[in-house]
Amino acid sequence: MSSRLLDVEGLSIEVDGTPLVRDVSFSIDAGQRLGIIGESGSGKTITALSIMGLLGENLVPSGRIVFDDRNLLDLDEQAMSSIRGNAISMIFQEPMTALNPVMRVGKQVVEALRRHEGIAKSDAMTVATELLDRVGIDQPDRRARSFPHELSGGQRQRAMIAMALACGPQLVVADEPTTALDVTVQAQVLQVLRDQVVSNDAALILITHDLPVVASITNDVIVMRDGYIVESGRTAHVFGSPSNSYTAQLVDSVPPMSRAISAPAKPPSNEPESDAIVDINHLRKTYRLRRTSIRDSPPMIHAVDDVSLKVHEGETFGIVGESGSGKSTLARMMVGLTKPTEGDISVAGIDVSGTKNLRPLRDVVQMVFQDPMGSLDPRMKIGDIVAEPLRSLGHDGDHQSRVRSLLDAVAMPADVLDRYPHEFSGGQRQRIAIARALAPGPRLLVADEPVSALDMSVQTVTLDLLRNLKEQFDLTLVFISHDLSVVHEICERVIVLDGGRIVEQGPVGTVFGNPKETYTQQLVAAIPRLDGAVAATGSALNVDRPPPS
Amino acid sequence: MTSPSSVTPPPPSTGSRSRWRRLNFQIGLAIVTGVAATAIVSFFWTPFDPELVDANKRLLPLGEQGHVLGTDQFGRDLLSQIMVGAQTALFVGILAVLIAILIGIPIGGFAAARRGWVEDVIMRISDVIYAFPPVLLAILLVAAVSPGTASAMVAIGIAYIPIVARVTRGASLSIFERDYVVAARAYGRNSTFIFVRHVLPNIASVLIVQMTVLFSLAILAEAALSFIGIGTQPPTPSWGRSLRDAQTFVQLTPRLAIWPGLAIALTVLGFNLLGDGVRDALDPRLEVSRG
Amino acid sequence: MYVIRRIGVYAFSLILASILVFVVMSVLPGDPATVMLGTQATPESVAVLRSELGLDRPLVVQYLDWFTGMIRGDLGESVFTGQPIGPQIADRLAVTLPLALMALTMTTLISFPLGVFAAARHRTLGDTVVSVLSQLGLAIPAFWAGLMLITVFAINNSWFPASGFPGWDESVSQSLRALILPAFSLAIVQSSIITRYVRSAVLETLREEYIRTARSKGLSKSQALWRHGLRNAAIPVLTILGLQFAALLSGTVIIETVFVLPGLGRMLLDGITGRDLPLVQGGAFVIVAFILTINLLVDLSYRVIDPRVRQQ
Repeated sequence: MSSRLLDVEGLSIEVDGTPLVRDVSFSIDAGQRLGIIGESGSGKTITALSIMGLLGENLVPSGRIVFDDRNLLDLDEQAMSSIRGNAISMIFQEPMTALNPVMRVGKQVVEALRRHEGIAKSDAMTVATELLDRVGIDQPDRRARSFPHELSGGQRQRAMIAMALACGPQLVVADEPTTALDVTVQAQVLQVLRDQVVSNDAALILITHDLPVVASITNDVIVMRDGYIVESGRTAHVFGSPSNSYTAQLVDSVPPMSRAISAPAKPPSNEPESDAIVDINHLRKTYRLRRTSIRDSPPMIHAVDDVSLKVHEGETFGIVGESGSGKSTLARMMVGLTKPTEGDISVAGIDVSGTKNLRPLRDVVQMVFQDPMGSLDPRMKIGDIVAEPLRSLGHDGDHQSRVRSLLDAVAMPADVLDRYPHEFSGGQRQRIAIARALAPGPRLLVADEPVSALDMSVQTVTLDLLRNLKEQFDLTLVFISHDLSVVHEICERVIVLDGGRIVEQGPVGTVFGNPKETYTQQLVAAIPRLDGAVAATGSALNVDRPPPS
Repeated sequence: MTSPSSVTPPPPSTGSRSRWRRLNFQIGLAIVTGVAATAIVSFFWTPFDPELVDANKRLLPLGEQGHVLGTDQFGRDLLSQIMVGAQTALFVGILAVLIAILIGIPIGGFAAARRGWVEDVIMRISDVIYAFPPVLLAILLVAAVSPGTASAMVAIGIAYIPIVARVTRGASLSIFERDYVVAARAYGRNSTFIFVRHVLPNIASVLIVQMTVLFSLAILAEAALSFIGIGTQPPTPSWGRSLRDAQTFVQLTPRLAIWPGLAIALTVLGFNLLGDGVRDALDPRLEVSRG
Repeated sequence: MYVIRRIGVYAFSLILASILVFVVMSVLPGDPATVMLGTQATPESVAVLRSELGLDRPLVVQYLDWFTGMIRGDLGESVFTGQPIGPQIADRLAVTLPLALMALTMTTLISFPLGVFAAARHRTLGDTVVSVLSQLGLAIPAFWAGLMLITVFAINNSWFPASGFPGWDESVSQSLRALILPAFSLAIVQSSIITRYVRSAVLETLREEYIRTARSKGLSKSQALWRHGLRNAAIPVLTILGLQFAALLSGTVIIETVFVLPGLGRMLLDGITGRDLPLVQGGAFVIVAFILTINLLVDLSYRVIDPRVRQQ
């Protein structure tokens, strides 16, 4: 390869004497693309921030970060800010909060150019339009004059990329640049990022927890854990034959569907013969928005639009969709938390949409949520949390021993009863939430993105647990996720939702292995694969919709 | 008002910083304890009878004839008056805040639990009452009924209901969105139970901090109302009342205006420091309404 | 659409406020006529006054009469002097409003620079000094500050008048001078509150991710603060400034007593002493209407500052 660009030597970062990054060394050459992979708490993000010199005041770095023959850690603020956005630039994770909400996008995009190359104010909008056009934003002149909230998530992240590449940097640091995006949008943005980095001859450091994303865009990879580098090397080699056990574990936790370009065969599962526990007919949920003018009638949003389906006793039924597809609304209606506008739902013979008395339903169906931080009351002890449904529903018998056996079933020790939720990790909390959902002895469990907020390795464990519990407690499972590969792994039948409508349905193997509808094909193609073959998304189809105005 | 949930944890405070905060809290606690102790002691003992008018002892300077802070134009002992004034201040503060939270918390919680047009109507009405400052409400009440500590207290309490309702609603809204609340609905809990068992404990820190602020605002408001003559009536001693009496003599003996004013300022400072300390301990990113 | 809805809410609030003012005065125990005439009144004289004031009519009719009168700008007559109330209130506003505006100007001039300074110098000596000063300012009652200012500036130095108001027709400069000390007493307290808000709003904004983005583009800390931070920080500060103007208006009621100014507050207090209920009713409603109007203006001005509101 060509010349050495950046040399990180023995970098350590401490907060109040506690090390977060320990003795990290790596280097990157001009034009090289390097991935830094790690789970939460691995120190990957602050490593990136230290290169930019943007660590918080209480974070103290030591060691050397050599760029252009200078140690960046020694530079004063003024010298550092003449490098930032110029020779080294950064792309952040959450484009909504990373952009200034009250400043026009174009102005933000050219700000680095105005700072470093002093382009005239009068040229700013023209240059911004040009930059936005380059990253594939349609109507770039209009978008340059828009405010961030008027753009879709993908457009915002494209704007961030345009912003980072405005001054033609030698190095771009991207911190989880696609984590907040839907899978189809993620694929497009990754493509833009790679194209832009390549056409600008820039080097890239990509920081993420997502192995397939790294695989799809980088040549080399570093694996971090607890502040240390545990393994590094060529991406294909590291993921193909990991030498470190932790790396191997990470690679193992990648669902099979994300490993190879062709989805592994799955035994065809036809519509089971058991009775339907959930029977939904022509279900519709419409939200009325505030009117925007006196003349027009208020705009409506069809969150769920004419959905009919049957879930059979004992099966694991998947609902797949991107944000705004209506999958969570559908789940809430099944559990009797949201009233449908039209149509019928019957769960275990109970007419959920018709009756006012939902009490019998509560014993039959329970729910598990996405965010393990928000799903447990922080002021309640674990014992009380798990016993709450029993008390609420007036179950007889020894609550204490029932709670103990539930916690045992989710592999939590019994001594957790008197402790509070903040003392547990995300995966442990999710297991407690599952124990709570199982408390009333439900026949149906509706799980809304139950593993999406968890680290990769924890996802695998939690999915296994759900599978076992399903057998042990004779459950029917409705599994909702945006992540096709997870659904592929655990579900037998699946529906694909888009804009509130069922786009495609059938056995998982068929729907994902041989999708008939364009939308499903796009979803499947957009999954980043561990073997590095990033799918070329049909650029003719723009699934990245701007928000309704 | 920000929601009580902090997305990112506050940066760990450095040693000197948390010492400084603790010092604030300790000073606040000391002052409030001192004021409360003074009020209690004054029930049983004051150096002189605070209401005793003595024409021979008018306007005695500091320390004269055992009057530590001297006497006013009626010959009443200033220190004794200030001590008993603490009773009025704390009494009004406690009851006004009680009125505000006993009515404001259920209203705010109800609005947050119901959402939709119910919430809209409640909050619009609350906004209108919010437009009546305590002084104005007191003027209306006093004009319709009669001046006195009770009118002042009720007026202050009513004026703070919308503040409490707003803060309660704002903080509750985000809690009602939490998955543990949704889970509680899924196992059959109703909104009242959810509000009491799940929401209130999680917004307690916001409410406690807001209460300390309202407490000091109530003390200031009572003093102001008594100062303009529609609060506490003579002969009951009140700090605001003492300042009203001192006003005519402020040119001759500013001392009469200094001591009661310092008593107010010190008490209010104490509660504010205490409130800040509690806030820092519970949630440093919390903001309070001083409306 | 938002503007139309917001103005609708405003009209509704005005009506509700007028009902509140009216109900408090009419429904609470104590018949207005009895209150006005005092304890020595005979039942006959009370009855006469009741029919004179129209109090023997149904409440709803009384209210509608009062409210429609107000819409025409007719606030009724003072029971005491028989003079129309409207012009009286206008006269008094000519003192109260300039006082409140002067106090608001002083507050803004003091608190904005101090708040931004403290936030920019977060955790330094300067920040601490500002914090301590504002903490003290919060604890001081405005009227006491007024009394202290009188003892220092009006008596010992006689730089400013201790009390009274010559009137705008008499001398504009002397009238302005008479308002300086009262306005400053209000500003001491108000600016302590606003300084704290400005400081925390700016600090909050500095923690936002878009500030980090701005710095990643090569802007220095202070450039990021000026170009990206202040406009965002202005949004919460604007709310509080609107609320504090309401507090200032009610603060004038009290400060007018200290400096013996012929403002709206004095009028209300005189109305209570003279048991002049229509006067109190009218004056109180005018103050509330002012506060509601300010709230409306604050809400509408969000649309200028915050593009996200514009879209709603």
